[in-house]
Amino acid sequence: MDVLYFAWVRERIGRPKDQIQTNATTVMELVEELRAREVRYEAAFADISALRVAVDQELTEFDAPLKDAREVAFFPPMTGG
Amino acid sequence: MDIRVQSAPFDLGHEANQFAARQTSMGAIVTFTGVVRDVAGGLDTMMIEHYPGMTEAALSQIARDATDRFALGDVLIIHRHGPLKPDDLIMMVATAAPHRASAFAAADFLMDYLKSRAPFWKKELTQDGADWVTAKDADEDALKRW
Repeated sequence: MDVLYFAWVRERIGRPKDQIQTNATTVMELVEELRAREVRYEAAFADISALRVAVDQELTEFDAPLKDAREVAFFPPMTGG
Repeated sequence: MDIRVQSAPFDLGHEANQFAARQTSMGAIVTFTGVVRDVAGGLDTMMIEHYPGMTEAALSQIARDATDRFALGDVLIIHRHGPLKPDDLIMMVATAAPHRASAFAAADFLMDYLKSRAPFWKKELTQDGADWVTAKDADEDALKRW
């Protein structure tokens, strides 16, 4: 699965993307796995209320299932326009 | 429907004219343009990051929603990314409808959704450093009126 990071999430983790093997069944389980990786991941995911998530390029919630997901992206609230 | 995500500048007059020229039986065309605003302390650069792939999909969905809701004849969205300078044009929308009320409302709707539902992130670079622009609660609240 590709895990993508944007804006300050990308900066805090220090990379735009990870390719990971995971058995996580929900976004939140994936977040727990990422938090356990390294301090910088723990810092980036410390407060998920400050984050948004997209699964296969569609906005969703942290309790969303990950079944067959190919791409998960984490980022702060969007500031378009 | 015409959706473009690009780093290159666009010509507002040219785009508005082209959009108007391809309509038939539309009594109203509304355009809105977003411009890079200077900030206290002086903005050097505004960096706009986006999520390639999802950006185009999200903008297309927002445009389809607006078209259905306001019975539009046509929609144009152009949104830039990359480094921009104060007074550069960031983005534009154009809407075409039989009457002005729906053309105006649709442009307003598009802007509210573009602010909070299109995957763009702005970072302001000044001589004091670099800061990500934070989303405002008011922007999220604005969606509730639709």
